[in-house]
Amino acid sequence: MEIGTISVETVTEAVSEIAEKAADKGDKLSISDAAVTAVFGYAVVFAGLLILMIVLYCTGAYFKSKDAKGKAEKTAEAASSAKNSANTASAAPAAPVAPGSAGHVKLFDVPDKEAAMIMAIVADKMQKPLNELHFISIKEVK
Amino acid sequence: MDILETLKTLWNESGFQSFFVDGGWKNLLMILISCVLLYLGIKKKFEPLLLVGIAFGCLLVNLSYFGAGSTDALYHLDLWDNFLDPSHPDYHSYGAIMREGGLLDILYIGVKAGIYPSLIFMGVGAMTDFGPLISNPKSLLLGAAAQMGVFLAFFGAVCLGFTGQEAASIGIIGGADGPTAIFLTTKLAPHLLGPIAIAAYSYMALIPMIQPPIMRLLTTEKERKVKMEQSRQVSKTEKIIFPIIVAMFVILLLPSTAPLVGCLMLGNLWRECGVTERLSDTVQNALMNIVTVFLGISVGATTAASRFLSLETIKIVFLGLTAFCFSTIGGLLVGKLMYKLSGGKINPLIGSAGVSAVPMAARVSQTEGQKANPSNFLLMHAMGPNVAGVIGSAIAAGFLLAVFK
Repeated sequence: MEIGTISVETVTEAVSEIAEKAADKGDKLSISDAAVTAVFGYAVVFAGLLILMIVLYCTGAYFKSKDAKGKAEKTAEAASSAKNSANTASAAPAAPVAPGSAGHVKLFDVPDKEAAMIMAIVADKMQKPLNELHFISIKEVK
Repeated sequence: MDILETLKTLWNESGFQSFFVDGGWKNLLMILISCVLLYLGIKKKFEPLLLVGIAFGCLLVNLSYFGAGSTDALYHLDLWDNFLDPSHPDYHSYGAIMREGGLLDILYIGVKAGIYPSLIFMGVGAMTDFGPLISNPKSLLLGAAAQMGVFLAFFGAVCLGFTGQEAASIGIIGGADGPTAIFLTTKLAPHLLGPIAIAAYSYMALIPMIQPPIMRLLTTEKERKVKMEQSRQVSKTEKIIFPIIVAMFVILLLPSTAPLVGCLMLGNLWRECGVTERLSDTVQNALMNIVTVFLGISVGATTAASRFLSLETIKIVFLGLTAFCFSTIGGLLVGKLMYKLSGGKINPLIGSAGVSAVPMAARVSQTEGQKANPSNFLLMHAMGPNVAGVIGSAIAAGFLLAVFK
């Protein structure tokens, strides 16, 4: 990548320049050299992670667009197959509801969001699909 | 048999009499310090996995090493001084260490060669989910900002009279990353390894006490209450590509980071690729535990009284605390900037998690956020800057290594 190449060369040159300076003056650094090294070092960390951030945004954008394309294709496929099946068997019965997913959970002092989270955690811990579990009630213990 | 003579010989050969000859009291003091560290590790649970090992290593070395003539010592400071002295025939001779060294000398070879910190990084990589960072790459800026303490402490250390190499090793304490601090110190200033490792791990354990007052001081109630939107889902492919991209980019930028970043990303690739579960499991558990045993005890061995009890140690402890505080401040300030630029959508508390200490710093952000607003869940948002801090501190260490090695 162009940005990466320029950055690598610039950083390498600057680092070796500072290193030479440090070596020339022996192990003890002057305060001004230390200040320059500190500021430059902080800048290198920022620049490195900034470029990495740009790379991640680029790859993220690519994968997001790929996902969106995939979803759009799936939706189009589903729509066309639904249309076809409607044409061939207009009176076909509706698909049966997944077992165990019917019914309502009684919530006592628990907001909907938290209840959903609790059910998801329980399903995850039990290694069971959510639609195979039947929650009767969720109550906050005070 | 002359009982009195025998008793006298036994006394002269025992370690007890060494406490009464020149400098022996220092060993006694170090034994007390190691007991305090054991107390902190066991009772107060300060990073116990490493601190207990370090403290016991400290105890062992100060029970057996009383100066250059100590033949039965587990760790020989003088052997390692010869190892580092270009004019000595044993310069860079691991053979001499194997021939004349004690148990802890041999274990210490893994620290000296930079093996243990790199293997620990491999385990950290295998245990870390970089998903929060991939879904919100802005977190990398917070991880970068939180390296401020590293460079301020470096500058402070030079002002206090340390050499460039010593200052770099002290500064890296601010990265809040034990293996990185050990890695850099063994390369640049091995004689300071004991105090630096102890300071780094002690402050990491103290994060829940050090960070909250700074967080409350630098943020307003309104800022702390901000609830952040849920991040996007990251695909499996993205998680697999991430370690490869980071390894390529960071190692090309700073080749000196290769051992740390290479191992971190290899561990993460094993975790994410889905076809090496056995390796991922081994690295996360068995290997990590084995290396932790060796690392803790051999780092503790470097705290021989004659080297540890000095004014330098006090300066390192002070500079380490400064580094931690300023790293937290750096992360919070950039967090506040993001809060302003995003129109109040980003909670600045996640900035303090940019110091790498994973996952403790992220937990502190979560706790403080929830104190301000009980329905606030910042943990996953704070994990982004937290793991970015690991990469940031490795880059900072790589830069300092490139300049001062």
